[in-house]
Amino acid sequence: MTSSFFLDGKEIPFKEGQTVLQAAMGAGQYIPHLCWRPELEPHSSCRLCIVIISGKPFSSCTQPAMEGQKVECNTPKLNAMRRAVTQLLFVEGNHYCPSCEESGNCKLQATAYHVGMQDSHFPHQFPIRERDSSHPRVNLDRDRCIRCETCVRASRELDGKNVFAIHGRGIKSRLAVNSPTSLLKDSGISPDDMAVKLCPTGALTVKRVGFEWPIGQRIYDKESLATIELREYANQEAVHG
Amino acid sequence: MAEKLKVATCSLAGCFGCHMSLLDIDERLLDLLEVVEFDRSPINDIKHISQPVDLGLIEGGVCNAENVHVLHEFRKMCKILVAVGECGITGGLPSMRNSFTLKECLEEAFVRGVGTENAHIPDDPEIPLLLDKVRPLHHIVKIDYFLPGCPPSADALWYFLTELMAGNDPSLPQELIHFD
Repeated sequence: MTSSFFLDGKEIPFKEGQTVLQAAMGAGQYIPHLCWRPELEPHSSCRLCIVIISGKPFSSCTQPAMEGQKVECNTPKLNAMRRAVTQLLFVEGNHYCPSCEESGNCKLQATAYHVGMQDSHFPHQFPIRERDSSHPRVNLDRDRCIRCETCVRASRELDGKNVFAIHGRGIKSRLAVNSPTSLLKDSGISPDDMAVKLCPTGALTVKRVGFEWPIGQRIYDKESLATIELREYANQEAVHG
Repeated sequence: MAEKLKVATCSLAGCFGCHMSLLDIDERLLDLLEVVEFDRSPINDIKHISQPVDLGLIEGGVCNAENVHVLHEFRKMCKILVAVGECGITGGLPSMRNSFTLKECLEEAFVRGVGTENAHIPDDPEIPLLLDKVRPLHHIVKIDYFLPGCPPSADALWYFLTELMAGNDPSLPQELIHFD
């Protein structure tokens, strides 16, 4: 007998040990997320995947799926909250989409489109953050970092390098580089690292390939974020089960 | 014939790209001119809004004292005020100077710049004073609608204007939302 729960009234089957987000994605139901990656331990920091279960909010990337539970996800209230969370991510960094080489391939930007963000609503903070262009192949632009720790986890769990960490607390926290000089050039980073590939913004980019694809041919020009994420998840499930 | 919708437009700290995108609605401009009438706009070079208007379209962020005055004039005279394009909504590329102090910016341009002669920071009283930071429009006045894009596409502008005139919610559908 397969277990199942209800996502906005729709029955979603799940396997023992799956989270609400995993089961939903597996059933073709997209739940917005930025810090969650299927190949990494969940982090539950971006708060976009929040759902309501029995009247209480839970991050669906960490919440175990349970038999018969009723999950609210795609509701006007939750979608407005997701939009506000995305707006906060924009105003507390310096995100200049028109001049960013990641534009069109950026998951943060595509998420903003998905949640229907047309303005930033909140006052922009214009924080002063240090960039690190010391490495010949990899650029670190902290202006674009949302501190989702995808690179921290990917470097540790997938690359086996432990190049990144978060330094400081709260609004003052910054992405730190684990090297003798705190600079990327003296770290073990490589442009092929998953830490670089999985960055959902333009914070970590490979040099000399920016603007490679013209407008109209970039990842999210052609298909929506939800379509791409669901397909990638299904492919990954097919390979790894 | 119904009275035409009165529209005012201006570019503050912008590049006029959003206005170019408005012109890019091509032959639909003729349909538009049947139903709207332009008050102050770079299109007709009228310098001040002559009477209260229905709709104000503002491109560009706010970088100097003159921008603030113009923005207040628009808010006072426009029933509906729209921030058009990334610069109006976020400060955009001009706000990249916010990572530096104003002094650093001016010295880089007018004192240390390559090939400068008789180097000094311009101080003619006719030049509007620069603000310490470039601001998006919603930092200064209430904005009713936002049209993202750099520039918003002609189709996005057309969708917004036609939906607004039809009395519908002019929020853009997902496929027309772009930040670049």
